Amino acid sequence: MLKQTGRLALAAAVGFGLMTGAGAAKAETPKSGGILNFVVGSNIPSFDGHQETTFGMIHPIRPFYSLLIRVNPQNPSDPTDFECDLCEGAVPTPTNDGKTYTFKLRKGVKFHDGTPLTSADIKATMDKIIFPPEGVPSARKAFFRAVTSVDTPDDHTVVFNLKFPTASFIPALATPFNFVYAKKDLDEHGYEWHKSNVNGTGPFTFVQSQPGAFVEGKKYAGYHFEGRPYLDGFKAIAAPKMAVRLQAIRGDRAAIEFRGFPPKARDDLVKALGDKITVQESDWNCVLLATPNQQRESMADKRVRQALTLGVDRWGGSKYLSQIAIVKTVGGVMFPSHPLAATKEELVKLKGYGEDIEAARAEAKKLLADAGQSDLKVDFSNRGVDQPYKVVGTWLVDQWRKIGVDTAQRVQPSGPFYDTLRKKKDFDVSADFNCQSVINPIADMTKFLGSAGNNYANFEDPKLEAIYAKIEQEGDAAKLRELVREYETRALSEEASGIITLWWYKINPYRSYVKGWKIAPSHYLAQHLDQIWLDK
Amino acid sequence: MSKYILKRIALMIPTLIGAGILVFFLMRLIPGDVCELRFAGTGLYVDQEQIDVCRTQLGIDRPIFIQFADFMIGFFTFDFGESMWTGNPIIEEVGLRFELSLQVAIMATIVAIIIAIPLGAISAIYQDTWLDYAVRTFSIAGIAIPSFWFGIMIILGLLIFTNWMTGVPWMPPIEYRPIWVDPVHNISQLIWPAVATGYRYSAVATRMTRSALLEVLREDYIRTARAKGLVEKIVINRHALKNAMLPVVTIIGIEFAFLMGGLVVTEQVFNLNGLGKLFVESVNNHDYAMTQALVMLVVLIFVVTNFVIDLCYAWLDPRIRYS
Repeated sequence: MLKQTGRLALAAAVGFGLMTGAGAAKAETPKSGGILNFVVGSNIPSFDGHQETTFGMIHPIRPFYSLLIRVNPQNPSDPTDFECDLCEGAVPTPTNDGKTYTFKLRKGVKFHDGTPLTSADIKATMDKIIFPPEGVPSARKAFFRAVTSVDTPDDHTVVFNLKFPTASFIPALATPFNFVYAKKDLDEHGYEWHKSNVNGTGPFTFVQSQPGAFVEGKKYAGYHFEGRPYLDGFKAIAAPKMAVRLQAIRGDRAAIEFRGFPPKARDDLVKALGDKITVQESDWNCVLLATPNQQRESMADKRVRQALTLGVDRWGGSKYLSQIAIVKTVGGVMFPSHPLAATKEELVKLKGYGEDIEAARAEAKKLLADAGQSDLKVDFSNRGVDQPYKVVGTWLVDQWRKIGVDTAQRVQPSGPFYDTLRKKKDFDVSADFNCQSVINPIADMTKFLGSAGNNYANFEDPKLEAIYAKIEQEGDAAKLRELVREYETRALSEEASGIITLWWYKINPYRSYVKGWKIAPSHYLAQHLDQIWLDK
Repeated sequence: MSKYILKRIALMIPTLIGAGILVFFLMRLIPGDVCELRFAGTGLYVDQEQIDVCRTQLGIDRPIFIQFADFMIGFFTFDFGESMWTGNPIIEEVGLRFELSLQVAIMATIVAIIIAIPLGAISAIYQDTWLDYAVRTFSIAGIAIPSFWFGIMIILGLLIFTNWMTGVPWMPPIEYRPIWVDPVHNISQLIWPAVATGYRYSAVATRMTRSALLEVLREDYIRTARAKGLVEKIVINRHALKNAMLPVVTIIGIEFAFLMGGLVVTEQVFNLNGLGKLFVESVNNHDYAMTQALVMLVVLIFVVTNFVIDLCYAWLDPRIRYS
């Protein structure tokens, strides 16, 4: 009885937290002052946003920089809501048949060292990202394949010229890694300077950092959003171990962790601290996949791949697995909350998405028998990270056991895991994921193409490529939606070249005195901290 | 004695070269590299060309023997280069952590010595009494309990106890400040890992002190000392304990060297930015330059510690230096 009462109280507390998390920021007037301490669940690599790909860099460094445009921090859940950061007014619509974007820059913006921002800085930054000089790596060069040039007709105008119109340009531009650097710094110090030095136009100026330990920033008085930031400063403390991050929030050494905790951690915090903890939750723009390697004889047969997807009880997993892991939402190739994503009625038509799991498993067994693979043994390569890889991996082993597949899970640290995935390719099925920052549906869905650089299924499917080519060119929303369904059916059902398990689910429990922060569908977004204030 | 010291120093050089060869080639056996991890490790779509540019930039696409020569020259000229992961100079990165690890190692050693030598001596002197049993139980528990688990229990205990006492849960600080900058913050952070590791460390040393002292107490010269009427305190302190310290010094020295780079899990539990944590991170990140430098540093610490132990032997036991 007592246990049940405790659970009810916990559920009530979580519910309270969720409600306050959603509503409190709207109702209250921001207060200025205070230092925000937060923990970062990763070691902090170099400070160069153009080279790095991890949230371990974004969380501590993003507050020092601005972007040309950004996801609206007041509405980060909306995958189509962007606002100007360094540009002025509304985000521009394209001209020249969708091939030219002209941005007017804010006037009076200065870098932290006092250098005025001009269009030359934007051009130097974007050229470094899109057209890096020889010997300079750029992690997001591939995002801007459509861009032919960046022009600066005057000091406060920037023009992007595209080869073809594409809906993926604006989301790519809003990617939080596209820090705007001063041309002067690039010219004087070279392209490596930003790896360990900071000079941006963001809401906070760099105070100090201790490699592997923390990064500290203080309020920038000249910030271009008037009245912000509200905080006097912040300290980002690296704490790779989850137990430390959890205890840090419990012991108030840190107020928040922006990446997210598993459900049990949320429950523990709420149980220990009650209404001193607020919880926000959201679908997460990360999807966990099981990728069948079509270079392997067994996986070259689409009946085997279909059997594997049919054997996975996604709806059951969503219900039970979500209690212990950071996965929850059943979805197709599109981020589940996006207008182009499949509805439940559309999803259940795909193989492996039906609600009658027994019927699906019977069909899976029949397909395996037809393929002569009734005693199929699968070497499943997985990444040595608990959440969600190992938890979901273990669940998959059990799911496939139910259709008679004997799965051996091979767990390796990230380095050897990627070597297996990308170079050795000696796996039958591998855990894989697609985890992006800004929701850029047309770009994100390339993950399922055999030709994509981050697809590791080792196959060619000209039909799927042809559907994607039409998607890229399609301007009509209804037709686009139809094409996306066609693409999804081809990739996940007819060919089963990719097997989606579940989409991730983001859970952020944090100290209730942190206000103004709204959960985004990605742990990379809305991390500039200019909207956050403390109610202490 | 000086000949003995020179001989021991000369032996260090081949040890270091051997360790260098091992670490360099073993690191290259681990599949994957830092560029692949940096660019593809978050699932991002990235051109292979960009990964190759990164490899060229870091020099890991050069012939392996050229890389090895660079590394060895760097080691003997104390130029370890830059971390492949952060881009910071390795000397700077290691220096930061060395300070913290050294302080924890010293504090844990002090905790261990304060506990181990008196308890070990009491246990030996009062052999087979309840005191002896109590000390042995305490020390066996210290060996059996992993220090990281003890660390977790300490943090949880502090959170629960302070919440119960004051209504506000308290845990040790999670970011380091040097002792000369903020002594209260520093001690309140480092005392707990020092106790957690010092307890295990003391358990080993207590048992060693006990057995060594028991052996010495049965020697003829101890019987002679008692027979000539010396008080028991002098017999124990001057004649028995000093001679029983040889194996204890060895244990303390080896444990101290281990603490400098081996507190991998304990450092993570207390979020200490020490050498152990850096070690794990650099291996995980395939940061060859950093891992190589750290291994060489730890080998150097072990070699120097062993050298100091040998000098202590010579000081404690004249037979060694005269031979």
